[in-house]
This record gives sequence, C-alpha cells and structure tokens, in this order.
Amino acid sequence: MASALINVPSRAKRGEVIEIKALISHPMETGYRRTQLGVRIPRDIIRVFVCTYNGTEVFRAELHSAIAANPFIVFSTVATESGTLALSWTGDNGFSVTESATIIVGDPDMAPHTPQRSEPSRETRDGPR
Amino acid sequence: MERLPSRRDFLRVVGGVTAGLAATIVIEPAAATPAAMQDAIRKIVGSARVGTGRVKLELPPLVENGNTVPLAVSVESPMTEADHVRAIHVFTEKNPQPEVVSFRFGPRAGRAQVATRIRLADTQTVVAISELSDGSFWAANANVVVTLAACLEDA
Repeated sequence: MASALINVPSRAKRGEVIEIKALISHPMETGYRRTQLGVRIPRDIIRVFVCTYNGTEVFRAELHSAIAANPFIVFSTVATESGTLALSWTGDNGFSVTESATIIVGDPDMAPHTPQRSEPSRETRDGPR
Repeated sequence: MERLPSRRDFLRVVGGVTAGLAATIVIEPAAATPAAMQDAIRKIVGSARVGTGRVKLELPPLVENGNTVPLAVSVESPMTEADHVRAIHVFTEKNPQPEVVSFRFGPRAGRAQVATRIRLADTQTVVAISELSDGSFWAANANVVVTLAACLEDA
C-alpha cells in the first residue's frame, strides 16, 4: 500500500504561518509511455491533493501527468487553533490515502515549535524516484 | 562572352538558400506546441489581461534528469480576506500535455508559496500564472535546459 510521509510542526504560535511538507509513494504513470511492444501504458496518477484544518479546506492542488513520481508538495497555512490537519490524496483507479497530524497552537509567547514527523527519520526532500 | 559563375555568386546563392531553409525550420516547431499551451492558458484566464511580475518562479536553469525537476513558485500577497491569491497554475510548452499543476489557496494559506517536483519532456519554457482575488492575472516564466528528457524510457 502506498505510504505517505508528512511533516507538520507539533506546536505553533497562534497566527504563525507554518510550512507543511507532504510526500507520497506513487508511480504517477503518465499515460504517454509505451511498452517495448508499443502498447500504451494506461494513465495512473494522483489527481487531487487536499489539506483540511479541523475540517476546513486550506489548500488544494490539482495534479496532472507532469508531476514527478512520488509527488512531493510543500505549502503553508496559518496556525489558527489546536486540532488536526488531514492531508488526502485521491487519484485514478480508486486511489485514496489520508494522513493526519495534530497540532497544538498556543499563545504567541509560547516556546518555539519543534518539527514532528509521521514516520521515523527519513529526509523528505530526497524521496525515492 | 558569357562569364562563368564566380565563387562570390556561388556563395551568394548557397547562402540565400540556407538562410531561407533555416528560417522555415525555426518557425515551424516554435509555432506548433506553444499554441496548445496558449489554449490551456486562455481556458483559465479567459479574456482577462495577464500582467507580468508579482509571481516568482524558481526552476534550475539546467537539469540533467527531466523526470524530477524541483519547482518553487510564490506570489507577493498579504493573503487577507480582501486581497489574496486564489490560484497558481503551471504550464509547459513542450510536454505532451500543457497543464502541469494548479494550486488553490485561500486567506487561510497564510503565504502564497509552494514547491513540488515536475517532469519536463524537453528543453522549454515553463509558465506560472497566478489568479488574484481581485480577478487579475499575473505571469512569470522560466527557461529550463533538459539533458535527459522525461517520458522517453520504455517500461
């Protein structure tokens, strides 16, 4: 099964803009490649990526074939309240994965946040091809 | 007495023919696929005018592998309810399909800044168009030289 790796700060100050990194393993088969016999390989890509913050949509990306395999997206959102960030990927052939992370939002004079990873240490910047 | 064609005449004729050929060769492909990109852009923009500036598109000028090209795009915006970036669309001129990705934002995004990795089938120009909450459109483009193109390998 596809595995997703997300990076969301575990705590943030209210009103702070936080950066979220999301990586998922997926071949992103373009639909333009052919086998050696000349048969076209059918398209199999992730079409939509959505991030919801306590149920409210804050970011969305519509992907096409020109997104590299194992889509990696970095975006940001405003830390408004403590709660859950749900990241979901949906695509061809019934592909659907949702990964969520919790965030604690405190007053502006709170201690600085430390990054939290959903899985053991693996650098999200250079994922597998 | 009839003069034999001199070296100068010969060169003039050959030069003219080559120049003509070169002109046709350059014009043909340059007009073919970018038209598809223009159509795709028109579909998003409609009849609105697209300004240049405000959008910052970062791509490496030279990439070895077109299968994963890091792309970062950002737009200067206060991201408030009244003035924010609604979307950023990315297009290419020589990929099999001009659309690459569309990012949708709201004031909750905080910053209109995203990064991802894309595929490039050839050395080409990548265009990013941003759509603002006031209905205006802004564009930026970047040229990328690709050594090993995506989409060519057999499975």
